[in-house]
Amino acid sequence: MTPELEPEIRKRQRERARITAILLGLFVVLIFAISIAKMTVNR
Amino acid sequence: MTSLPLSQDGASLPASSRDLFALTKPRVMSLVVFTGLCGLLAAPVHVHPVLAFAAVLCVALGAGAAGALNQWYEADLDAKMKRTASRPLPAGRMDRQTALHFGVGLSFFSVILMDLAANHLAAAILAISILFYVLIYTVWLKRRTAQNIVIGGAAGAFPPLIGWAAATGDISVLPVLLFAIIFLWTPPHFWALSLFVRTDYANAGVPMLPVVAGVQSTRRHILLYTLPMIAAAVAPWALSLAGWIYGVVAVGLSAAFLILALYVAANRATEAKDMGPEKRLFAFSILYLFGLFAALVVDKWVLA
Repeated sequence: MTPELEPEIRKRQRERARITAILLGLFVVLIFAISIAKMTVNR
Repeated sequence: MTSLPLSQDGASLPASSRDLFALTKPRVMSLVVFTGLCGLLAAPVHVHPVLAFAAVLCVALGAGAAGALNQWYEADLDAKMKRTASRPLPAGRMDRQTALHFGVGLSFFSVILMDLAANHLAAAILAISILFYVLIYTVWLKRRTAQNIVIGGAAGAFPPLIGWAAATGDISVLPVLLFAIIFLWTPPHFWALSLFVRTDYANAGVPMLPVVAGVQSTRRHILLYTLPMIAAAVAPWALSLAGWIYGVVAVGLSAAFLILALYVAANRATEAKDMGPEKRLFAFSILYLFGLFAALVVDKWVLA
């Protein structure tokens, strides 16, 4: 790994961290919605 | 986001999210998602919208996972073909381990989420479809036999079965017919494509039918497989499992498919630039499957 690549590596790491955070948030919302939907269906 | 030039350094960089997305074969995924959604909507039960969304999402993630694992295994082949050489792995923008971890992780995630959102049967069929595509088609058949597409076509035929199973928890005659339609549609669809990109397949050493048996034999095979495909397409209407709307669309689209297949059978060209009928059949075959499945859902909703 060369020093010239350092900014690009950091940029990609930040971008992937941001996307991972968004996906995790959406996953939590989805699991919550599935739980509520299942409770509604089974009532 | 700008892509770095293709170099040795490309693989040592963290993969970009765009390349991870490209690994899932998004264009193939659209047809898979659509047929899965239609299988779910054609089922004779009401599904909670959130659970329906989750089930279709799982089908999409499962298809993406299978696509990623396919690209992980076939990176060497992809590098030899013009059509696939710019994919993230052969282009050197990602290392193989990332692709493998991404594919395996997404596979487990999609199957577990399907089990939570739908039921064991839908999750089991999803797992089988991923394993079938990766192990039976990609690893076993693709490099060994010209029948790779015939048997491997089953992998792409699972989505309507998964959608139906997610909605109802069981399998009946209609979803099996939907499976049969895609299974029998796959060979004419792929052979039409392989006729005009056969040089690519030949250079990569993939024993596709035009490479092994020649272009004329492939054209005869396309026509031959079109007939049982049409029988399967019309069967839901003939067996009274779908109404007249589906019947009219299925007969009309199938007649057009047959005419295009006859044009292909009559063509004698050997150069890709003269293969207009093959290119038209390939393009129409995608429309055909979309039209057929859309008609099934419209038929069910209008005539229900």
